[in-house]
Amino acid sequence: MAKKIPLKRKYEMMTRGLAWDTTYQDMDDVYPYDKFEGIKIHDWDAWEDPFRLTQDAYWKYQAEKERKLYAVIDSFAQNNGQLGLSDARYLGALKLFLTGVSPLEYQAHRHFAHLARNIRGTGAQVAAQMQSIDELRHAQTQIHAISHYNKYFDGLHDFTHMHDRVWYLSVPKSFFDDAVSAGPFEFFTAISFSFEYVLTNLLFVPFMSGAAYNGDLATVTFGFSAQSDESRHMTLGLEVIKFLLEQDEANVPIIQHWIDKWFWRGHRLLSLVGMMMDYMLPKKIMSWKDAWEMYFEEQGGALFEDLARYGIRPPMHAEQANNEKHRISHEVWAIFYQYTHAAGFHTWDIDDEHKAWLSAEYPDTFDKYYRPRLDLWKQMAADGNRYYNMALPQLCQVCQIPMGFTEPDDPTTICFRSREYQGDRYHFCSDGCQYIFDHEPEKYIQAWLPVHQIFQGNCGGAEIPDVLNWYHLNLGVDNMAYEGSAEEKIWNDWMATRRVGAART
Amino acid sequence: MSTNNVSITLQNTEDARPIVEAITADNPDATVHHYPAMVKIDCPGHLTISAESVGERLGRDWDPQELHLSVISLSGNIDEDDDHFDLSWN
Amino acid sequence: MAVTALKPGYTGQNLDAVENFGPNQLVYLHWEKHLMFCAALAFPFPPEMPFGAIVGEVLPQFYGPHPDFEKIDWSTVRWTLDGEDFVPDLEASIGSQGVGHKSMLRFWTPGLDGLGDSGA
Repeated sequence: MAKKIPLKRKYEMMTRGLAWDTTYQDMDDVYPYDKFEGIKIHDWDAWEDPFRLTQDAYWKYQAEKERKLYAVIDSFAQNNGQLGLSDARYLGALKLFLTGVSPLEYQAHRHFAHLARNIRGTGAQVAAQMQSIDELRHAQTQIHAISHYNKYFDGLHDFTHMHDRVWYLSVPKSFFDDAVSAGPFEFFTAISFSFEYVLTNLLFVPFMSGAAYNGDLATVTFGFSAQSDESRHMTLGLEVIKFLLEQDEANVPIIQHWIDKWFWRGHRLLSLVGMMMDYMLPKKIMSWKDAWEMYFEEQGGALFEDLARYGIRPPMHAEQANNEKHRISHEVWAIFYQYTHAAGFHTWDIDDEHKAWLSAEYPDTFDKYYRPRLDLWKQMAADGNRYYNMALPQLCQVCQIPMGFTEPDDPTTICFRSREYQGDRYHFCSDGCQYIFDHEPEKYIQAWLPVHQIFQGNCGGAEIPDVLNWYHLNLGVDNMAYEGSAEEKIWNDWMATRRVGAART
Repeated sequence: MSTNNVSITLQNTEDARPIVEAITADNPDATVHHYPAMVKIDCPGHLTISAESVGERLGRDWDPQELHLSVISLSGNIDEDDDHFDLSWN
Repeated sequence: MAVTALKPGYTGQNLDAVENFGPNQLVYLHWEKHLMFCAALAFPFPPEMPFGAIVGEVLPQFYGPHPDFEKIDWSTVRWTLDGEDFVPDLEASIGSQGVGHKSMLRFWTPGLDGLGDSGA
């Protein structure tokens, strides 16, 4: 039997060993995109994937992951796994995840393919190729989950169409559009480092563990199968940053700015996940606050101490984000509760047990600031007058979330920031979003803000039913209060049948 | 060397169990946290996974790249070779 | 540098220029200390609209569901327009008193700080 080639040697042979520099054409013409951001690279060979994963091993392990994953998804579908959910309210979180995140996986697939072609380091090309294929796999597995749930539940029937139009889906969409319209190194810093390394744990890990706890086997399985790739992507993210910082001192301030920007972009995007964790999982696994402390304050803290030797400091608005951990899930729930008539999923009134949990998890804020309005809404619903906000909200020019976030030192006052640029006013939800705008106003003045587009007459009409029609959402079926919805009814019917069945045996 | 925690999160599966066992045996300072469907292991400064140690528990050779089938997340700088997978902060 | 771009001199286009809103301009309204309403509200108003229509029609329609709304003493209400103290003239048009495209109007209702003074 041939002797096994040691890992380090194999990695060298399968990356740099396969590469060449072009001679008929100038390398700068072949790779036109990797210089305009001002990043200086002197030695691409210094790039090393710590996993030293080569294509042969990649296919072997990915094939194994796929076999395991589809065995579970098949079995889930065959055995009506949706009946094992803790409660149909759980689906709200799942719908938001599948309509918000899954299209981003596909975008990531496309853009990593673009990077694999357009950066000139071989190690980086190979890593980007693998990640491109990973992201396509994630999109596919999530679409399989959509396909299954769409057979039984509302709101998942046209996710690509919705992603391009629906107001809150413009939040993840514009986040990713911002990244793919940047240069390759900003994209790496944005997606591979700031998002995958620093923040993705908060998206996938507690949420997927929460899915497991709530009986959603399909989601746990695609989630963790994807996350096993993510740990490779995270490693790529950290490697990119270290590589860029080591290549040239002039790269340090550029990277620092991107970290500052994309940390805040990611933090705002994840406020939606905070709401899912604190308000939408019927069985809770951990609060957003605890997850933030574990994954950002502790793990992120260790990471930024490690990066200090390169002259990198923690993200500029990290303190503000830490401060917001007591608030954002409540603030975002308030948005979706009152605009659920324009959404693709239901929201509901919070029961006493859930309020007690929130009170225990958020002792400094919940009873003082958030319980009173939940109580009022519940009372209004009981009086037959469930609250829906019939005016449209002001949106942040950068993150595009309704401006429901509050001043750093005052949770009772909305944080309003604004700038004039070339004679027009622009509004922001935070110092972080304003900072991002200030650096690249020419980019963000182009934002397609759903509320403003509705008022310009570009979204099917002036009334909410017209707009929902244009979104391909069915008013009163896909959305509004969970209480009294078709989804609640079908769920209760199934559960009643199950109890009858159990009584017979 | 930093004493901040490095961390690895593994799936709660049959494939991952011998890895978790090897980590706890070989890293006395490691703390294991159990969550639904996953196990998170934290360790101050440094954590090592020895291929030999996992292999002993499995009863066959174990390639550190098999970790790809079980890992959910990690935190720390990685050093991987044929016989080990290490995490550390500088 | 107002943008990092491959093409030197790249510029963007403001999608929300006032011309795009026909006869209207965007105006944002916010009632302070009443976060039952999660965010400020956005409206397309013609600049000729009298300020009184905001107070008399718009606010009751959208803020009316709050139990504090009917207790408001309008003679004590404090306003700001784009961050500056402002005393509205209810008879005059919004445009004639400086309410422009994407202006922000915030108002405080003294003594009324939301449900159980929670700010909501």
